[in-house]
Amino acid sequence: MTFDINVLIGQWPAILSGAGVTIMIWVLGTIAAAVMGFLLAIARQYGGMVVDKILGVIVAVLRGTPFLIQIFLVYYGGPFIGLELDPLPAGLIGISIYGAAYFSEIFRSGFQAVPKGHIEAGECVGLTRGQIIRRILLPEMTMLVLPPSVNMVVILMKETAVLSIITVPELTATLSAIGSQQYAFVEALSALALFYWVLVEVTGWLGNLVETKLSRFRFFNA
Amino acid sequence: MSIELFGLLLQASIYTVTISLVSIFISFFRGVPLLVQLLLIYNLLPAVGINVPSIVAAIIGLSLCTAAYQAENLRGGFASVPLGLVESAEMVGLTPRQIFRRIKVPIALRLTFPALVNEAILILKASSLVSVVGIVELTRMAQDLAGSTFLPLQIFASAGLIYLVINWVVTLAGGLIASRLPGVPR
Repeated sequence: MTFDINVLIGQWPAILSGAGVTIMIWVLGTIAAAVMGFLLAIARQYGGMVVDKILGVIVAVLRGTPFLIQIFLVYYGGPFIGLELDPLPAGLIGISIYGAAYFSEIFRSGFQAVPKGHIEAGECVGLTRGQIIRRILLPEMTMLVLPPSVNMVVILMKETAVLSIITVPELTATLSAIGSQQYAFVEALSALALFYWVLVEVTGWLGNLVETKLSRFRFFNA
Repeated sequence: MSIELFGLLLQASIYTVTISLVSIFISFFRGVPLLVQLLLIYNLLPAVGINVPSIVAAIIGLSLCTAAYQAENLRGGFASVPLGLVESAEMVGLTPRQIFRRIKVPIALRLTFPALVNEAILILKASSLVSVVGIVELTRMAQDLAGSTFLPLQIFASAGLIYLVINWVVTLAGGLIASRLPGVPR
């Protein structure tokens, strides 16, 4: 077995662009997923029983089926309902919806952990629902939802690799292609694994750092 | 004396090395996307001269990945075995081996059972990825059918439904088994 790293060095522009696409999908997908997840959680909390039940089923389906099946549905099934998408936007939409389902559960558990008395106290002093969400729910649940959120951000990073299957030109697709063209699978895939490994470890480390920095916002033990 | 010291040092360093190797293993398999792990195993084994059928490579990949996650779960389980139980076992004269087998393992397994069911479901969903190393399982079959029938919407939705049903059965069975397990002392 030969290990020739020069094969990869010669391909650096393609690799850089692949890494860029991976990080872009990750960052945009995570932001979209977190925002949508938050809105979902709010809708389930305040939208009444019917909305809660319907959204609950949708979230359960999204959490119960493989991500790969979901992006196949968006990418290959989309054109049949008039949604003709390129791989990149299809992947972005797929990962955002997938992440939103998980984020909504994280935020919902955060909402439910905030003591009811705090919300009632807010209502008593005449805060509006918006103010209660912004000034009581959000700050109090931040510390609670932080660890599972960091976990989710890491999971989404790893899920971006799956998008290579629908030919999104991210790092896994790029390096697999280089691997097969140059017949340098071992080099390409080792570099690929290392990239994700480092990124995941750094993310986890940053998450811990933020957690320590924000620990003064711990309002209650839960 | 110095030989004993050397022996102790050796034992300590074997312990440290084992711990670091295990944590590197866990960190790697939790930090690298499963798809990349599968590609790596699928391509690496032939490169070092081991030729295995792709289904074996896939099973190895899924097992190593879930082993890393379950190791973390079990570690939590063993850590939450009440100390008092271990101490009373020592008091009645059980050997460390007996304590491990009769006290720690049963309790840790019961405590981590829900996490185990959860992990089983994750692996069920992750198994869709082995379609990329050419194994014709549910996802690959759906892909082939979607290609030949031009009905991707219906086919992939049905495949999703099948995953959902398997999932539901596993969850149900897990809940049933969990409720039948003898009570966990607290």
